Amino acid sequence: MSAPAFRVERVDHEGGRAELRFAGTLRFREVYDAWPEVRRLLRTHPKRVAFDLSRVEALDGGATALLLELKHDVDRTGAASEIVGAEGGVRGMLELYGAHPRRASHKPAPRRIGILDQIGRETRALFEEARALDYVGDVVAAGADAVRTPSAVHWADVGRLMERAGADGLPIVLLISFLVGLVTAFQAAVQLKQLGANIFVADLVGLSITRELGPLMTAIIVAGRSGAAFSAELGTMKVSEEIDALRTLGLDPYLFLVFPRILALVVVLPLLTILADAVGILGGLLVALLGLDLTANAYVVETQKALHLWDVSSGLLKSLVFGLQIGLIACQRGLATRGGAEGVGRATTSAVVTSLFALVVTDAIFTMLFNAFGR
Amino acid sequence: MIQVERVAIGWDGRAILEDLDFEVAAGDVFVILGGSGCGKSTLLRHLIGLERPLAGTIRVGGEPPGRGGGPPTSGVLFQSGALFGSMTLAENVALPLRKWTRLDARAIDTIVRAKLRLVGLEGFENHVPAETSGGMRKRAGIARALALDPPLLFLDEPSAGLDPVSAVELDELILTLNRSLGMTTVIVSHELESIFKVGRSCIMLDKEARGIIARGDPARLRAESPDPRVQAFFHRRPAPER
Repeated sequence: MSAPAFRVERVDHEGGRAELRFAGTLRFREVYDAWPEVRRLLRTHPKRVAFDLSRVEALDGGATALLLELKHDVDRTGAASEIVGAEGGVRGMLELYGAHPRRASHKPAPRRIGILDQIGRETRALFEEARALDYVGDVVAAGADAVRTPSAVHWADVGRLMERAGADGLPIVLLISFLVGLVTAFQAAVQLKQLGANIFVADLVGLSITRELGPLMTAIIVAGRSGAAFSAELGTMKVSEEIDALRTLGLDPYLFLVFPRILALVVVLPLLTILADAVGILGGLLVALLGLDLTANAYVVETQKALHLWDVSSGLLKSLVFGLQIGLIACQRGLATRGGAEGVGRATTSAVVTSLFALVVTDAIFTMLFNAFGR
Repeated sequence: MIQVERVAIGWDGRAILEDLDFEVAAGDVFVILGGSGCGKSTLLRHLIGLERPLAGTIRVGGEPPGRGGGPPTSGVLFQSGALFGSMTLAENVALPLRKWTRLDARAIDTIVRAKLRLVGLEGFENHVPAETSGGMRKRAGIARALALDPPLLFLDEPSAGLDPVSAVELDELILTLNRSLGMTTVIVSHELESIFKVGRSCIMLDKEARGIIARGDPARLRAESPDPRVQAFFHRRPAPER
């Protein structure tokens, strides 16, 4: 084991005066290991303490901090203390670290939040969500402005955003829709086979895909992909003051950023849903061919018989509303972002979770309404 | 302390600086100078080990920078401070101490407070970065870079965004750390006042030349360099016609 880089000893003088003589190089890692021993040297309180650093060759920042803290502790016991013999760089470090006066914290340390406190905060946050109504008003106003002065809209962005939300997301939408159609058909096939009603798998898949699963699954994917991306994008712009910069340039962020995003989703979601419907039905066809001994022709004819224009168009109507919802929620969460990177993460998570919740609730409301009106 | 030999750096295989050859001696305060966009900060990222050079070798303390999983041998201040937004200033400064030392909570608190006091931020230890100004974030970044008392300190535009008093105090801090501990410091800057005050040696980079156009003591370069680009930089004159 190597010799310690520094030494310390206590020398007592008459009249209750003591000296702590340090020697060598004081680096905080080694000093810390020996610190309990150094504190023990001061256990019997002298009236005056001198920290003699005349034989210290070097002193790093951490060791300076520990030494000054020790001196401060001695002062608090009522004893007088002083640092003597510091020269050159050692003196420089002491002056540097001792230059600013000690200050109490301006703010208490963050504490753990209790359950009741948490419930209170969440309740208050829920009420604050009501402010989102202001936001809806701003978006409606931006929509009206867009109609009045179309040149004010950042149209160049709309095509790019449609490509990002639509074309770029198409492979995953198609794959998932195909698998949903396939799984639905599989589940139905087991039951229908027992009843000898194999052909009705076409009815079941066709109706469930076009009325429910196609629009809902597509919207869920778009919320996870594009909703999250829009929220993170606007959130980052908010925390880096780009939104403020837009305002100072006389540009309305709702018209410039929010309106194009909502428009892109409202246009793209029905288009994606049509393709998802078609591919979902194809998934059902595959099961019918391989597992139910049906012909492709029989499956297609049965699907045509089962589906009416309303089945498909009701799904498209839903997808239109879903697109509007995802766009509104994602942009609202993005614009409400506070703080730095963590705030962007929170906004994105909130955008996706709120969108999913809103989608399922809206879907249920649509289904009940259609049912009530006999559609 | 740092050796750079025939190094080319750039992005996507395209060099922005070539044939870089220089050394930073232990205990030096070394300044990387040059106009905006000449590659100063990119060169610094290579010296830190965040990027690999396209060609040539960089050695810091005899080793390629950024290799090995041990405690960092250098402290780095990024232009924006690069504090972690979810942590308080004290937690930011304490992070390397918690990771790389066996200090107990009391000793860490003592050192963290001393480092924050050093940069004039005691009292703000429980603030998160979003609650502080740009200059305060930068000073907290310096406190974090100094947490482990590294022998080597990299500072990217340390004075930018600081008020004149804080900028002067920072210069004093660099000089004292250098004098007291022999801390080697590499600074990217174009704050002339600060360069002349703390810089002992420097290199000047140029975008058009894609390399080093001058090297040596900054004060001597200002007085003696015949290169019009160097004179334009040091005397705040428009760039010469190329």
